[in-house]
Amino acid sequence: MADRNKGSMNLKNILANNAVPIIFIGLSAIAIPISGFSGTYLIQEMLTRLARNSFLVLSLLIPILAGMGLNFGMVLGAMAGQIGLIFVTDWAVSGVSGMALAALIGTPIAVVLGYICGAVLNKAKGREMVTSYILGFFVNGVYQLIVLYTMGKLIPISNPQLVLSRGYGIRNAINLTGVRHALDNLIPFRISGIDVPLATFIFIGMFCLFIVWFRKTKIGQDMRALGQDMKVAEEAGIPVERTRIIAILISTILACYGQIIFLQNIGTMNTYNSHEQAGMFAIAAILIGGASVSRATITNVFVGVILFHLMFVVSPMAGKELIGQAQLGEYFRVFVSYGIIALALVLHAWRRMRAKAEARRSLRGEE
Amino acid sequence: MKEKLQSFIENAGWPRIIIGLFLLSLFIAAPFVGVRLDASLSDTLVRVGMNGVLVLAMVPMVQSGCGLNFGLPLGIIAGLLGAVTSIQIGITGGIGFLIAMAIAVPLAVVFGWMYGQLLNRVKGDEMMIATYVGFSSVALMCMAWLLLPYTSPTMIWGYGGSGLRTTISVEGFWLNALSKYLHIQIGQFFYIPVGMYLFFGLMVFLVWGFFRTKTGTAITAVGSNPEFARASGIDVDKMRTISVVLSTVLGAIGILVYEQSFGFIQLYMGPFYMAFPAVAAILLGGASVNKASMMNVLVGTFLFQGILTMTPSVINSVMQTDMSEVIRIIVSNGMILYALTRKVMVKR
Amino acid sequence: MPEGVPLLKMENIGKEFFGNRVLYDVSFSLMPGEIMGLVGENGAGKSTLMNILFGMSVIQETGGYEGKIFIDGEEKTFKDPFDALEAGIGMVHQEFSLIPGFTATENILLNRESMKYNPLVEVFGDRFKTLDRQDMQKRAEKAIDTLGVALDPDTLISEMPVGHKQFTEIAREIDRQKTRLLVLDEPTAVLAESEATVLIDALKKLAAQGIAIIFISHRLQEIIDLCDKIVVLRDGRVIQEARTENTNVRQIASWMVGRQISGEACPDEGKERTCGDVILKTEHLWVDMPGETVRDVSIEVRRGEIFGLGGLAGQGKVGIPNGIMGLYISGGKVFVRGKEIKLNDPAASLNEGMAFVSEDRRGVGLLLDEGIDWNITFTAMQIQEKFIKKLFGGLIKWRDDKAVTKCTEDFIKALEIRCTGPKQRAVELSGGNQQKVCLAKAFAVAPEILFVSEPTRGIDVGAKKLVLDTLRRVNEESGTTIIMTSSELEELRSVCDRIAIINEGRVSGILPACSPAEEFGLLMLGHVGEGLAEPVPAGNGRC
Repeated sequence: MADRNKGSMNLKNILANNAVPIIFIGLSAIAIPISGFSGTYLIQEMLTRLARNSFLVLSLLIPILAGMGLNFGMVLGAMAGQIGLIFVTDWAVSGVSGMALAALIGTPIAVVLGYICGAVLNKAKGREMVTSYILGFFVNGVYQLIVLYTMGKLIPISNPQLVLSRGYGIRNAINLTGVRHALDNLIPFRISGIDVPLATFIFIGMFCLFIVWFRKTKIGQDMRALGQDMKVAEEAGIPVERTRIIAILISTILACYGQIIFLQNIGTMNTYNSHEQAGMFAIAAILIGGASVSRATITNVFVGVILFHLMFVVSPMAGKELIGQAQLGEYFRVFVSYGIIALALVLHAWRRMRAKAEARRSLRGEE
Repeated sequence: MKEKLQSFIENAGWPRIIIGLFLLSLFIAAPFVGVRLDASLSDTLVRVGMNGVLVLAMVPMVQSGCGLNFGLPLGIIAGLLGAVTSIQIGITGGIGFLIAMAIAVPLAVVFGWMYGQLLNRVKGDEMMIATYVGFSSVALMCMAWLLLPYTSPTMIWGYGGSGLRTTISVEGFWLNALSKYLHIQIGQFFYIPVGMYLFFGLMVFLVWGFFRTKTGTAITAVGSNPEFARASGIDVDKMRTISVVLSTVLGAIGILVYEQSFGFIQLYMGPFYMAFPAVAAILLGGASVNKASMMNVLVGTFLFQGILTMTPSVINSVMQTDMSEVIRIIVSNGMILYALTRKVMVKR
Repeated sequence: MPEGVPLLKMENIGKEFFGNRVLYDVSFSLMPGEIMGLVGENGAGKSTLMNILFGMSVIQETGGYEGKIFIDGEEKTFKDPFDALEAGIGMVHQEFSLIPGFTATENILLNRESMKYNPLVEVFGDRFKTLDRQDMQKRAEKAIDTLGVALDPDTLISEMPVGHKQFTEIAREIDRQKTRLLVLDEPTAVLAESEATVLIDALKKLAAQGIAIIFISHRLQEIIDLCDKIVVLRDGRVIQEARTENTNVRQIASWMVGRQISGEACPDEGKERTCGDVILKTEHLWVDMPGETVRDVSIEVRRGEIFGLGGLAGQGKVGIPNGIMGLYISGGKVFVRGKEIKLNDPAASLNEGMAFVSEDRRGVGLLLDEGIDWNITFTAMQIQEKFIKKLFGGLIKWRDDKAVTKCTEDFIKALEIRCTGPKQRAVELSGGNQQKVCLAKAFAVAPEILFVSEPTRGIDVGAKKLVLDTLRRVNEESGTTIIMTSSELEELRSVCDRIAIINEGRVSGILPACSPAEEFGLLMLGHVGEGLAEPVPAGNGRC
């Protein structure tokens, strides 16, 4: 494969390349004993959260492969998934078939949104991240307009429990009793007191295989190529813009499914907030796992989800034990989520500038 | 005539025209749905005065080519620190407000300098990084608000005896410290806070003047073409840093002006999304990612705040529902999106 | 002489860019397995000719070309490079077109990978076929073998020496089964001598297998070693076509540059010019300017002199002023009036009374989005505090817009800048008028030493004359020392007192402007000492 290490990778390099995960392992090592949580509890929590979040985080991989950076536009997919869930809840379709139906409804919406997102990003080459970020906000406005003002009026919603008391608009919180744990409990599996959501993990495993396979396809190779040098790829006849749209499209659709899996585990849906958090947490998680804006692996995803959520679970408790204020730990994890994204972006920009300087040096001559 | 119209549309851009027409129609519709025009207009003007300096804080960084200042919360934090410290000291009235500024400005200079150093190392990626630097500094300050040893009983949580409240009233300290001066009241509903406008005017004049000095000219040239500036012996990084410091200081002053009129200091997650309305406003006023003028600030603030004031009142009366929040989100982010995807003219 | 139908025949090719004719009636033909050297000065029309052959979009966008192209005796028109590839023409450009994080194999087969079928293709389409890495490896190895070089197909491009990158590029063209004609644009420019030898051997092997090659190079010895015949272009015309065995380096050089002495050069020969003492001196100057690296330049320029810097593109002549003015990282020593100046600091250089008109007009020379007034006065304002009103005892340095406008209007009149007024944005001006603005910017600081880089590039004939006349006038009237860089030798010879020719980042010789063009030609091609060329000490020109 392309990134073979020539055995010359020494310890210092390994440390430097994985600084972020190592710091987080250190932080967790300090915070876990302070928090006083039991091992079983933490393992159970981590398994649940891995099942809940991995799929969403995995959806970020393909745009990174295509050199489009962190896809902040994945919230678009999350919104599509939520719209699917609203309808499924309204029609009272439950269980795995409910989830499948939600996915079926969400897919065309995600396709349209993904296509729009890809097309917009093609107009903003070089600043994909900030554009997809703002696009997320913009579509969020449209989403609110539809869900808050047209559902129950223009779009028929029969279940009064979903609709606000004024007669239209969806309530702030929706109870997803129908699909709750539908996938997680599909194959009941319990090992030494710990519930394992086996079906969800199988699903995630299949998806990982898909990504591994995808990288080996022609289109995966094209994405790698244009991720590294768009101009060269274009000269070689690779349809750059189309490929970029496909990358975002896949990511958006997967985020849609990811959000459905996420919400079936949570069991309730925050109609106007769930999707926004999905994007931020997923991006923070993949970065904590050691990914960068331009390189990410499946390992980064799982390591990141575990470390991020370990901190997430432990820090309020640790804050409470240390200073007597759970609120402090709460803010700490908010700080870490944003701080880690800021740090990763800074490091990326830094490295890019250094690489540019180095490239110039190599042009200087024979030496 | 047709050509004139065409060139006007080209210069202004469709989004601005649509929003301008939308605002105009709101003003026209207002009397018919029982909304008082004078009250709405007065409200709009007050909001323009409140938010003007925050929008103005965009100008220096845009001019120097650092892009839209999504890191505005950094300046706001300096302003908030000034505000709570001034209340802690306990001096009321205009002096209290001045003390708040006197504390906020040096802090903003320090924050701005550090922020500028960071931005100089990440040229080309400023906007996204600024956004997250803003966010993480807000989150960091959330912890600080809990821990800082302020003791004034008006500010700390009633229970526990420590940690600042989420919302602190400035009533009894420096509420309307600027607004009340030369306050003009016409009839029952229409008034203009002349004092606040004078202050806003002063700030606009200072920034305008700054960009007519030697340094201001150099900053503009850096934003327009950094290579040209460098070839003319300009220290590009220094000019960028100056502009970032200036933006941050204006952000600090801007939030103080906002608070004295609004009446409350909002801590914790309060400053989180504050950059977005300001960014949207200046873009609405016709600024691009790398060019902004005083006119853009004035027009943009008026249009944006006009929409924010008029939509709740007018749309509510028509549809019996409050869509203002949704419209705000769509307009402000739509505007930013438009600016980001527009082809940058001939810029290298 | 090979017999039969030529593989490629170009007939009466002509091309005009916006009324500026760059190719006249060019014809040549090429047999299978034949190697043709294409030589000519910069701007002779080589690139344009190859762009036409390769169907580059720039040709279509500027109104197409005249004449006909025949492949195997059949007329063809190429709408885009992919048409040309289809017809079996492969081109290796001067700049590498490689993906740094890919292996040699992946790059050789870029977008032509071997693929395997899988059922998902039925759902998603052909792009979801998986790559057949084994077959890819085989194909890459075969291409490398054909080339006959030692290149590991698994090495990443980013870890390769320059030569191997070049081989990868060529191997990519070889892998195209169709490729029968290979165009190489200065392939050896970036190579060390040993690498170049390997490349030349490899090309000979390819030719032996029936692939025709067009080889563009400035290294004439290579051309003679490799090619069967050469075509010399000058000013858009085929000056000479010859078999290499019948010619030599010296002859080719004189074909390239040797137009009849037009009478333009040395216009005021005999007229006594007085030059002062040494005003500018460099010692072992090096400049890290990408594409124009300066390695070791020591020159002396006298007060009041017009000093020319000539040489082929990419040899470093442009890097010299850029380095002295602090725009690119440089080292060595530069003395102005005997005093050593600080390098890598544009302000320091400007403060020493030097000014620079950059060759990169749009990138470095102008504030495109600002008015002419700002463009002209900015440097003088920032460096010398001209056009500044000091308020409050110097506390505030206010821009004096009235003085700015006044100065701008004066320059608009003096240099005949065609514009709507001082406020017109620079981007809206034509190339020639933009160049005048750049000159005005330099004159506004009233420099003692003025660097002018490629002052007439891309501007029309009328503006050209005005620019050159202005330079002469300033030199005469104000005694400004001018150091002019140009790719057009004739232009240098018509203006300068002495001309230094830069080759591979070093001075290959300094001659008085009146020396025969042939001498300059040899120096440009790096044949020091083969002519009469003796480095001329400063002051030995017309001064």
